[in-house]
Amino acid sequence: MFDYTEKIREIARRLLQEKKVDGIIGFKKGTIPMMNQPVFITSPDRVELLHWDSWCGVNLANYLPKREGRIGIVAKGCDTRSIVVLSQENQVQRDQLYIIGVPCRGMLDRRKVWEVVGSADVKGIEEGNGKVRVWGNGFDLKLERSELLQNNCVICVHRNPVVFDELVADEVEEQSVDRYEDIRNIEAMSSDEKWNLFQEIFSRCIRCYACRNACPFCYCPQCFVDESRPQWVGKTIDRTDTLTFHLLRAFHMAGRCTDCGACERACPVGIPVRLLTKKLEKDVKELYGYEAGVQLDERPPLDTYKPDDPEDFIK
Amino acid sequence: MNNPYRPYPVVIDDIIVETDDKNLRTYHLKFLNPEDERAFQFLPGQFAEISVPGQGEIPIGIASSPTEKGFLKFTINKVGKVTTYLHNARPGEVIGVRGPLGKPYPWDKLEGSNVVIIGGGFAFTTLRSSLVYMLHPDNRSLFGDITVVYGARNPGLLLYKDELFEWEKRDDVTLHITVDATDDPNWKYNVGFVPAITKEKAPSSENAYAIVCGPPIMIKFTLPVLTDLGFPPDRIITSLEMRMKCGIGMCGRCNIGTEYVCKDGPVFTFEQLSRLPNEY
Amino acid sequence: MKRLVLTKDELTAWVRRMTEGVKVFAPVAVGDYDEFRLVDSDQADLIRWSYQNTRLSPKGLFHPQAERMFKFSTSKEDPEWNILKEVPKDFSPRVIVGMRPCDAAALKIMDVNFDTPEYKDPWWVRRRKATTIVGLACTSPSSTCFCTSVNSGPFDTKGLDVLLVPLGGGRFLLEVVSERGEELCQQFGPGGKEADSEAIATYEELKKKAEAALVPIGDLSPFKERDMLEFFNSPIWDEVQFACINCGVCTYLCPTCWCFDIQDEVYESEGCRLRLWDSCMFPLFTLHGSGHNPRAEKLQRVRQRFMHKLKYYVDKYGQGVACVGCGRCVQFCPVNIDIREVIRLMLVQCECAV
Repeated sequence: MFDYTEKIREIARRLLQEKKVDGIIGFKKGTIPMMNQPVFITSPDRVELLHWDSWCGVNLANYLPKREGRIGIVAKGCDTRSIVVLSQENQVQRDQLYIIGVPCRGMLDRRKVWEVVGSADVKGIEEGNGKVRVWGNGFDLKLERSELLQNNCVICVHRNPVVFDELVADEVEEQSVDRYEDIRNIEAMSSDEKWNLFQEIFSRCIRCYACRNACPFCYCPQCFVDESRPQWVGKTIDRTDTLTFHLLRAFHMAGRCTDCGACERACPVGIPVRLLTKKLEKDVKELYGYEAGVQLDERPPLDTYKPDDPEDFIK
Repeated sequence: MNNPYRPYPVVIDDIIVETDDKNLRTYHLKFLNPEDERAFQFLPGQFAEISVPGQGEIPIGIASSPTEKGFLKFTINKVGKVTTYLHNARPGEVIGVRGPLGKPYPWDKLEGSNVVIIGGGFAFTTLRSSLVYMLHPDNRSLFGDITVVYGARNPGLLLYKDELFEWEKRDDVTLHITVDATDDPNWKYNVGFVPAITKEKAPSSENAYAIVCGPPIMIKFTLPVLTDLGFPPDRIITSLEMRMKCGIGMCGRCNIGTEYVCKDGPVFTFEQLSRLPNEY
Repeated sequence: MKRLVLTKDELTAWVRRMTEGVKVFAPVAVGDYDEFRLVDSDQADLIRWSYQNTRLSPKGLFHPQAERMFKFSTSKEDPEWNILKEVPKDFSPRVIVGMRPCDAAALKIMDVNFDTPEYKDPWWVRRRKATTIVGLACTSPSSTCFCTSVNSGPFDTKGLDVLLVPLGGGRFLLEVVSERGEELCQQFGPGGKEADSEAIATYEELKKKAEAALVPIGDLSPFKERDMLEFFNSPIWDEVQFACINCGVCTYLCPTCWCFDIQDEVYESEGCRLRLWDSCMFPLFTLHGSGHNPRAEKLQRVRQRFMHKLKYYVDKYGQGVACVGCGRCVQFCPVNIDIREVIRLMLVQCECAV
């Protein structure tokens, strides 16, 4: 994944020189280890800023809704699925975009690195041969890449872009995994146990809305939490209000979420918000046999009616 | 410690529908406690946060003058949650008033000068307060010539109509009432946009201050007229609106650059505004 | 200036003594990060003396995220219908132990907002009066820290009443900084021994080393000297704002961000007026009832945050920038918008203008 940087720059340079796009959304190298910053490049001489590594977890499709002009965008498998959904929802047109597809073996989670090094300050990070070297004052460790993967990447089944205009490298092998083990464990709990679990998980939420804002599908001009007439959800950190926000947001993701992990990644207090969205994903799969963002010309189940739609939940 | 967030309880004494479209109502409020009324010393140009327990608070310019004792008057436009509730309220309901807040018009400078007041639509509230204050027998001699241009889209949308028609007849104030358009054949006042009427009536800028309040579009077109008449930016005064919550310069939301509209304003001269970011 | 040396056990015992007389807040581990929590005498040994910094700043101890300001009855039958009554609160004396100098300096930055000649926020002012702060110097600043560039420092005593310095080998130097710190030591004797010249030499050396570890980010005097509009109209904002997702992480984690919202909540016939944290990053922050929004565009909101911290605050209060270099926003911004980078861009823009 490390020669991707050169390839991305080459493609970007070509697209901008040939004026095939007005600008390219990609990443530039972060100012701190384990982070990168989304950037919008509009001229060929700035193409050297573009960078790619295993810390490019942000879903760049988040910058697409209602964007005008012809846009090049660097997108991993999950990101391209988000682009498909945004296109189905008319937030952006497929033919506006030049998708630079990135076959991805998973992004890394800096929280997992922190777990290993404690509160020590990470000064540098380096990757090679399936290992990640992390160093700082008084430590220099080599960790297994596979143990640092973002949680959504561990169970990813769409590593390759599902739609693209050009790939930066050959496709990688897809994996076949059980995506819902943790969800089934929760489903097996009693109502009280579930309630307590979610109360506990969301007790640290500070209502910063980083999860919502990092998500490409949260593009409502006025989010339901900001409505005042009537006010659906209180704005304090009251547990019920907070849980309401998260549960309702998860419901809004049903049939849309592509499990890109941007929400979990953005959360400053490390809440595993994907536990909710994955449940909705599992339900949609079981009820409608549907997977979000894979087929551009498919209609999502929640905006179509088919006579054979399941109705055993209608009592 | 005095709690600046606590409103004085007031009771709604009367509600008058000001405009034909019923979107503007004037509230006559009476203090429940006489010591609160004594503490509420204000000057025209200031505003207060009207507090409706359970709904919220809204910043509204004080329409009554300090010379009018025993009550406070606010004219409120129906735009959102709190104002809709108020528009459905009845006399007898207890609400709150927090204030007086903000800086008033610069009365120390206006005394001894001629005053030109230009108002549009429902921005006339604090201008009414100013006019009543200036025209009061105790105060009239402190000011020179008073010229007023006030207009609305049509006659039904003018505020304080009864008082306006009375003032128009007086000889210690020159009041030009105007409407953008009307199909009333009995309309005896001006027809024309406020900036145009201002230009036509050409009030003198000599030893004069101009106070301009109205919708942004009206201010935009009135400014050049005043400049042509010779008013420098530090003698053209306006009162700005902003979304406010605390009203006391603490919650941080109503700023234009370094200035909090609720505490350093809402009254600004155009000279001051020219030195601030154009973000209001 | 009284200076003592305490062992870790003596320090823990001192805190334990305090817990028996006043409320004590200290950094403890909560899950995978640290937070200031109320500690009782059993929990004094859980205090994380070697922590880097808390995830959320201690501003929440003075300016809680949700504060009930008033309560009222919405029942017309109640004789005090719609009259706002203060909610009783506890302003009894309390001590915060282990605060980093940057966070203490941040509290002083917030003081000018809440404690003004014309208006005093009753809850902030009373909490500040009731609180004694025992700070903990930073002997190994993080690479995202830049306190020395913004009028603070790893051993800075601004805003502190007592300063603790970890000397290594399980020993701490205790320095009384203010009268209130002296009173605390009178009320609860810290124990320990008077600091000898060796301890003091270690202290000086650690201080120098810590300050040297911090990379300066530049000369910030242009923020005082140059005109507001020059920064405001700079072309850098287009580049700075692109990545921003307008969440509230920077504002909520920041120890100097104070913006709040006021809302009423009613349940059946009981209502309360609340003060809640708000963020200039949210579009709703400046939305007028008429629908007009002076900061409708993301660029305007992003610019507002940096202009406020680095310029408006400087111009308005003449006390330097409203940033203490704690590095929380740098670490936790989901898209790596780095205030150090923004400062650099703002300053570079100025040089060109000359």
